[in-house]
Amino acid sequence: MIEKVRSHITQNELLLFELSSPGKKGYQLPALDVPAVDPAQALGAGNARAEIEDFPEVSEVDVIRHFTRLSTWNYAIDLGLYPLGSCTMKYNPRINELAARVDGLAWIHPYQPDSLSQGAMEIMAELERCLAEITGMDAVTLQPSAGAHGEFTGILLARALLQSRGNPRKKILIPDSAHGTNPATAHMAGYAVENIRSNDRGMVDTAELARVVNEDVAVMMVTNPNTLGVFEQNIVEVAHILHAKGALLYMDGANMNALAGISRPGDFGVDVMHLNLHKTFSTPHGGGGPGSGPVAVKKRLEPFLPSPRLKRVGDRWEWNYDLPESIGRVRAFYGNFGVLVRALAYIMAHGGDGLKRATLDALLNANYIRKLIESHYQIAYQAPSMHECVFSDERQAKRGVDTGSIAKRLIDYGFHPYTVSFPLIVHGALMIEPTETESKRELDLFASAMISIAKEIEENPDLVKGAPYSTRTARVDEVTAARKPIVRWKRPQAAAAD
Amino acid sequence: MLETIGLSSMEDLAAHLPPAVRFNKALAIAPGKSEYEILDYFKRRGAENAVGDGNSYANFLGAGVYYHYRPVMVDTIISRGEFLTSYTPYQAEISQGTLTSIFEFQSMICQLTGMDVANASMYDASTAVPEAAMMAMRVTGRHRALVARTVHPEYREVLANSVRYEGVTIDELGYDSESGLLDIDDLSRKITAQTAAVILQSPNFFGIVENVKQAAAIAHAKGALLVVLFSEAVSLGLLEPPREADIVAGELQSFALPPSYGGPFAGVIACKENFIRQIPGRLTGETRDSNGNRAFCLTLATREQHIRREKATSNICTNQALIALMATIFMSVYGKEGLRELALQNLSKAHYLAGKLEPRFSGPFFNEFVAQADGQNVAAINRTLESQKIIGGLPLERYYPELKNTMLLCCTEMTQRARMDQVADAFNTPNGGTAQ
Amino acid sequence: MYPENYRYTKEHEWVLVEDGAGTVGITFHAQRELGDIVYVELPKVGALVEQGKSFAVVESVKAASEIFAPVSGEVVAANDALSSAPETLNSDPHGAGWIAKIKLSAPEEVERLLSPTDYQSYLGAE
Repeated sequence: MIEKVRSHITQNELLLFELSSPGKKGYQLPALDVPAVDPAQALGAGNARAEIEDFPEVSEVDVIRHFTRLSTWNYAIDLGLYPLGSCTMKYNPRINELAARVDGLAWIHPYQPDSLSQGAMEIMAELERCLAEITGMDAVTLQPSAGAHGEFTGILLARALLQSRGNPRKKILIPDSAHGTNPATAHMAGYAVENIRSNDRGMVDTAELARVVNEDVAVMMVTNPNTLGVFEQNIVEVAHILHAKGALLYMDGANMNALAGISRPGDFGVDVMHLNLHKTFSTPHGGGGPGSGPVAVKKRLEPFLPSPRLKRVGDRWEWNYDLPESIGRVRAFYGNFGVLVRALAYIMAHGGDGLKRATLDALLNANYIRKLIESHYQIAYQAPSMHECVFSDERQAKRGVDTGSIAKRLIDYGFHPYTVSFPLIVHGALMIEPTETESKRELDLFASAMISIAKEIEENPDLVKGAPYSTRTARVDEVTAARKPIVRWKRPQAAAAD
Repeated sequence: MLETIGLSSMEDLAAHLPPAVRFNKALAIAPGKSEYEILDYFKRRGAENAVGDGNSYANFLGAGVYYHYRPVMVDTIISRGEFLTSYTPYQAEISQGTLTSIFEFQSMICQLTGMDVANASMYDASTAVPEAAMMAMRVTGRHRALVARTVHPEYREVLANSVRYEGVTIDELGYDSESGLLDIDDLSRKITAQTAAVILQSPNFFGIVENVKQAAAIAHAKGALLVVLFSEAVSLGLLEPPREADIVAGELQSFALPPSYGGPFAGVIACKENFIRQIPGRLTGETRDSNGNRAFCLTLATREQHIRREKATSNICTNQALIALMATIFMSVYGKEGLRELALQNLSKAHYLAGKLEPRFSGPFFNEFVAQADGQNVAAINRTLESQKIIGGLPLERYYPELKNTMLLCCTEMTQRARMDQVADAFNTPNGGTAQ
Repeated sequence: MYPENYRYTKEHEWVLVEDGAGTVGITFHAQRELGDIVYVELPKVGALVEQGKSFAVVESVKAASEIFAPVSGEVVAANDALSSAPETLNSDPHGAGWIAKIKLSAPEEVERLLSPTDYQSYLGAE
């Protein structure tokens, strides 16, 4: 019995190019107050473009209808729960949007004089302070554009510190449960990757670690809680083992939603870490970005932080470029300022107490779901869950149904799927993170959907294997899309076959 | 709910954490504030900044970040929750809105740049540059790159810092001090059979349009790829695109966002057909569903980090989907004729101002140019302008020590004639005008 | 199912040796595990490969799998037909879906590979 959704007509819509008609326009510019210049003359005939071939021409009404119709084909947080593990799909507060659109914050140029940018600099300084406080670290850079970018920056910082001590070393240790960005990043920073197997409780095996750590190891990258949603109980020992051999502990902060206000990475031995503002700090995903990936470090890494850094001189802020040991900049300008504003608005709305309460609510919601569906799905590891729980599709696989199909059937129940088949160390993983902004009602609906699907698998597995049935498109042929990629629109040739 | 779980208090949820790691103090962050207080805080911070263009100050800065009017519809549409609060479209059946618009985005970028394939955006232009360079390395199997000094200085810095550990050597190419274009002889001298990529920007950092055909011929003759960058997307409305390039990478801020103190922006990489499997970042492809209806999905994902891990083309995970959507809306509002008219206004405004000043270079320029202050001091000129609520151009000596007493000035469709006249006055008045 | 005159590896590759050269590919079992194959990254002609080391990549929609050379030597031919029709690896993995031909540098390596019977036992035990 599907409670949450019912079918409904949605509008069809063509592509902009198919709606286009010569002469249609949706814009109006003011009249030119200077003489118009002849492009061929000003630029040189060879540089002037004749026309933008095939570019669409549509009216304002066309544009509004087009995109509004498209939007109705999307699922979104505003419609319901996204149980995606490690994505922290929490509600995106609208006050953040208003704050970011304040004229004095939106219409400022990064190169305008410091004296005319004090408000922007104050915002960034305050965010740096808050993030340092939340993570228990000493210094923060807001430059990196996203999590993966923050990871890369963090590893470069580690490398710079080790280099300053005479030897950058050769390897980075990564748990086999890690997110794919971790090994990709290590490789980009010039390190070889060595995988560390998790123990039977899904955590870092400290005996194995002690055996493997030597002077060739530069960094270990951990996520805590790990991608199983489980707190690394031995994290303090992990830090000691690494530090004893002069290696550094990097923490992927993707799961900070489980820690804010109750545990601080800086306190349990982390040297450098990144945060995902588009996860923990509520900035909107917008269909896949933008994000922001600040990096927080301990004091000994501070000299290497990307340039420039904010510096207080008297009662003013300045951008300080005099940083001889800095790794340099990792992007142009100062960071994703618009995203930083939203994150600070979120922190201000919650306050210190509120952040802790949000974290506990996140743990509550994840454990509630776990309890409700645990008897129907195989929990991957017995250890207590924090903000997310991971199941395996073992039981359902016996009936020939895998996690991917369960996820597709969940769509028919009105939910976005959970994270499928990750982490790789779990057979057919189902990774579920509800976040704190879901109500009990939404969680109950989700749990009852999962339980209903489990029953369907017992009675009629083929029903689940063929899902989804109620979506605007049926299952999409991803195989042909990969074999014969079509990645742009082309004007159909009149005589040619399709 | 606690009862269901079998716990008695919220604190119990964290009880299993080792005591050594528990943070039992209060965070040193002020108590939660109301919407009104939050908005008030940001408005007051906003008031402490000089707001261009035409908001309180006129702003003549460009240099990779541009002032353009944003059609109202951009925010109207992207504020819809279905766009703003949706996730990466991994589940194609419930993300056709996002996927369709990304396909349109990719298509329009190809049309604008003259390339065959475009990705669904990168973080920004500065980080797209090393990605493009690495792509050229993968394709050619070579490890050297030549970068023009007329590429944005911060893009060059990011490139150097990003590829340091990939076994790549980067050399710089000079520019012609009269025209401001790439020094083509320097390119001919420095290019070798080990060069993977020749990287130039057009219009370049000085605002000048480069001779792409010439550079392409030299690069291709040696088996190197030509990478052409752009930082002012509006220029593509009027400029012949770099069709001879193998890879085009650029910045879409002009189509999507106000300057926003430097971010978030959206970069893009586009390329010729045969490099499709080497391009980093997300790609959306057209396909059918099992009922034969047209549908879109993410494709060629096996290039990416979540599959290839250390063998991925890049570590990039996020793209700038919302910003790419803003750009798509902008491009559809203006359309074929509108982008052209917009670019023409930019061209005309900049040429009007340049006509009253001494452009430092003779090369053709779009909406930015380098002005030489003669017998003046650019700092003094900018101080005078500031007293008139104008933020002047970017003094270049800091980035190019040989360009003493010059500034990079940008004029867009938002720039008003009266303000340009004031800038010209400040240049042409002895000692930079009355304010010191 | 598994041709008599082929030899097999535990990583599910096969090799057919004729006149000092080995034609190599992946087994029926491998293609079934991989699912619909969308792309094959072929080795370059002239490349030197080492037994047990990766020399090609086979991609499905969701995964990229390294293919390990069953024998050492020089690549003398690559099956370009797979570029336009990767699905051949699924439909005819032991025939038209061959990946490359390798001129053997160490023919004695072949003796250490699995016979069809041994390979099928290995599959049964897996």
